[in-house]
Amino acid sequence: MTTEDCKKAVLDIIADIAPDEDLSNVKSDVRLRDQLQLDSMDFLDIVMELRKRHGIEVPEADYLRLASLDSCAEYLTPKFNALSAKS
Amino acid sequence: MNSGSKYDVAIIGAGLSGLAAGIRLAHFGKRVCIFERHNAVGGLNGFYSIGGRKYDVGLHAVTNYVPPGVKGTPLGKILRQLRIDREEFQLCPQKGSRVSFGPAGERTLRFTNDVAVLESEVDRLFGSQVDGFRRLADAVRAVPLSGDAALGSARAFVGTFIGDPVLVNMLLCPLMFYGSAREDDMDAGQFAIMFRALYLEGFARPLEGVRVMMRVLLEKFRQAGGERRMKCGVRELRVEGGRVTGLVLDSGEEVAADQVLSTIGLAETGALRGIPPDSRPRLGYVETISVLNRQPSELGWGEDTIVFFNEGERFEYRNPSGQVDTRSGIICFPNNFEYGEGRLLPEGVFRVTCLAGYGAWVGLPEERYRSDKLRVFDEVQNSALRFLPAPPEPGALAAATVATDMFTPTTVERYTGHLRGAIYGSPVKCPDGRTELSNLFLCGTDQGMLGIVGAMLSGISIANQHILRS
Repeated sequence: MTTEDCKKAVLDIIADIAPDEDLSNVKSDVRLRDQLQLDSMDFLDIVMELRKRHGIEVPEADYLRLASLDSCAEYLTPKFNALSAKS
Repeated sequence: MNSGSKYDVAIIGAGLSGLAAGIRLAHFGKRVCIFERHNAVGGLNGFYSIGGRKYDVGLHAVTNYVPPGVKGTPLGKILRQLRIDREEFQLCPQKGSRVSFGPAGERTLRFTNDVAVLESEVDRLFGSQVDGFRRLADAVRAVPLSGDAALGSARAFVGTFIGDPVLVNMLLCPLMFYGSAREDDMDAGQFAIMFRALYLEGFARPLEGVRVMMRVLLEKFRQAGGERRMKCGVRELRVEGGRVTGLVLDSGEEVAADQVLSTIGLAETGALRGIPPDSRPRLGYVETISVLNRQPSELGWGEDTIVFFNEGERFEYRNPSGQVDTRSGIICFPNNFEYGEGRLLPEGVFRVTCLAGYGAWVGLPEERYRSDKLRVFDEVQNSALRFLPAPPEPGALAAATVATDMFTPTTVERYTGHLRGAIYGSPVKCPDGRTELSNLFLCGTDQGMLGIVGAMLSGISIANQHILRS
């Protein structure tokens, strides 16, 4: 999986949990919270959906690494790849 | 223990908070079962049928209504968290409501889903107080939605912004009526939640009532894989080593669950472990329902959605020692929402709610209970009529009435299990949902969030905080 695929996977989740947000112009390097109306409940859902859909665990101490799409990609891409290597 | 079922989470009560929590937990893969003693879902916001007519139990209006596009509100949060599309709830905004004080409602503050209307009413009636009102509204906006901020007494809090005691009482009256479990005052944090829910946001209703919303929740819960057992109350919690180890059902069957969410109330949950209930005052209500063969507008009552009335200048919110306190109350016309062109309720409905003393209703012989209900029905309705425009001719209401129903605190207790029929539960709340048992949590009425949206948000946040997060 590339970092772009990873960003898309995160955006797909956000599109489902916050269908009232416009995701067409989300900037990769800006905190999601600063460009979208997402609160801590929504971030919990991103984490829960990552586990449910992709089997990826994000411990609470690492939640901050989901701040922007870039940081998500940096943090999650190796996890995605480690999982696909296993299967 | 027999071979019975084992769940990740057992939820006691299929009201709005239990269903909302259940949807969250099932969606994220928990094996969850909701146990409900009654044969219908909804709890304090259920519905029932008599004589082919459908009635809502608790719902006058859904509070916390905001139009599409307004973000960062409780309604938006529950829709997202439950993956519900706004349209599914079919919410239609109110026409307009009012608070009317004085023997015949001489002082009236109108309010709608646009707070500017209330602000201009405060300006019209109380002139110099309007700046204080604006500051109060700003202070409420700054209170976090979680509502667990300890702010003390609502009367004291409002008093720091508004000097006129009549205005303080007029603003408090609807908020207390729609959610205070405390006599004569409310917790300031709850005041902020209610001020937002009623004045900054507003009222709405689906044309077909609360059952529209219940259907959506039930379908989501089913799709997520949740289980539901009806007519299947929990009569005992088995406790060992500071944990719930099992639930004993009314049938005697035992089930096990790693975690338990109870929506039935603080004292009511304690009773499942043999803890006697506290004797703190509980607030009960009577409600009269008149079904009319025409729209309320034909009797001159087409403009008001909800009317909060009080005959004096000070609003006293206490458990009456007698059967009912008709000095104040709530009138609701479910017909008077903006359902859209040509969409009308098939019949008119006129509901009046007043505070009622549980002690004066419980234990009455059947015949006496029935005759008292008839008498109190007239007292309640006649009190409310003082605050409505006179119908076109005398006797028009009686002539239009095709059916009536009424509930008392004992009715509420019988069908919902809430101690002394207290629809807002215990005066002491449990905002973090924790109990002294490590795997038992409370949500719903006694967690402290209010209204239909608040109940769902309560179930969601307790499920998130204590079960999904850990």
